[in-house]
Amino acid sequence: MPGAMHEMSIVSSILAIVDQELANAGATKLLTVVVKHGRLTNIMPEALTFAWEALTRDTPHADSRLTAVEVPLVLRCFACKKEFTPEDNLLIAPCPACGEELGHTLVSGRELFVERLEAE
Amino acid sequence: MEIPVVRNVLEANERISGQLKKLFADKGILALNLMSSPGAGKTTLLERTLRDLSEDYRMAVIEGDLQTDNDARRVAATGAQAVQINTQGGCHLDGSMVMAALEALNLEGIDILFIENVGNLVCPAEFSLGEDANVTILSVAEGDDKPEKYPLVFHVSKIMLLNKTDLLPYVDFDLGRAAGFARTANPEIKVFPLSARTGEGLAAWYDWLHTMRAAKSRA
Repeated sequence: MPGAMHEMSIVSSILAIVDQELANAGATKLLTVVVKHGRLTNIMPEALTFAWEALTRDTPHADSRLTAVEVPLVLRCFACKKEFTPEDNLLIAPCPACGEELGHTLVSGRELFVERLEAE
Repeated sequence: MEIPVVRNVLEANERISGQLKKLFADKGILALNLMSSPGAGKTTLLERTLRDLSEDYRMAVIEGDLQTDNDARRVAATGAQAVQINTQGGCHLDGSMVMAALEALNLEGIDILFIENVGNLVCPAEFSLGEDANVTILSVAEGDDKPEKYPLVFHVSKIMLLNKTDLLPYVDFDLGRAAGFARTANPEIKVFPLSARTGEGLAAWYDWLHTMRAAKSRA
């Protein structure tokens, strides 16, 4: 299952960051980790939470939760420079303000980061 | 308590990718990351390229695959150095796998390193491998709307090779449409239609390799 494998490797990277940040903050118990993922990053939130549960089972983080928050795709129009979120065609989309279809700049949508932890 | 973090999940890979980039720069190696769906013809194209350019360059190949070393054996038969990475079901190569594979190669005097990624148009695009350029290969036996469905891989690629053009009479594939979709994902992308089987169009791909290789030498 390549899809699930992908999220497994992402979660392993998240766990490494979580353990470092908990130690730095002197916290002992993780409650929640909030991960932000851009619309373009090919992350399936359900697969991410599933991988989190699978990889934290029988560890000190077994009772914690992973919250996945999607960052919308935002493009800046090549012609009129207005920013917009295309409905479904991702990078290929007419600007709602002026109709230009080509050459837009990616403003957001490629993010993949641990935003914050809640811990005790 | 709340702990603000804001750290890139792929930071570990980005760090290793940076080390690889420096290693390739120090040794003057042009490194290319080849991505495609399974069956687009990456290995056949590589075999042909390695044979046709064997007088011009010393080349090495890292073969990424889920299982088996079939592809590495095919590539090694051309005389190029080849090393296999089996990802054991993993859907992409990452920097640490490439770093480990380099141990098995003699990099001295290598002009071009081809990294053949796992056949997949989705997640390989997220994991940089220290490459000088990403190359996406699409075959005309696939839909011409692939670049529309998988924009990220085309967004990060310098060139798109449209392989198996010898099949064009038998399939509904519009070269212009595919190139148009790719350019909306990446206005800078160069598109080369070719057939690794018949050799049609390979000259443009080789010219691009020569140009990239020459630019690397001056760096």
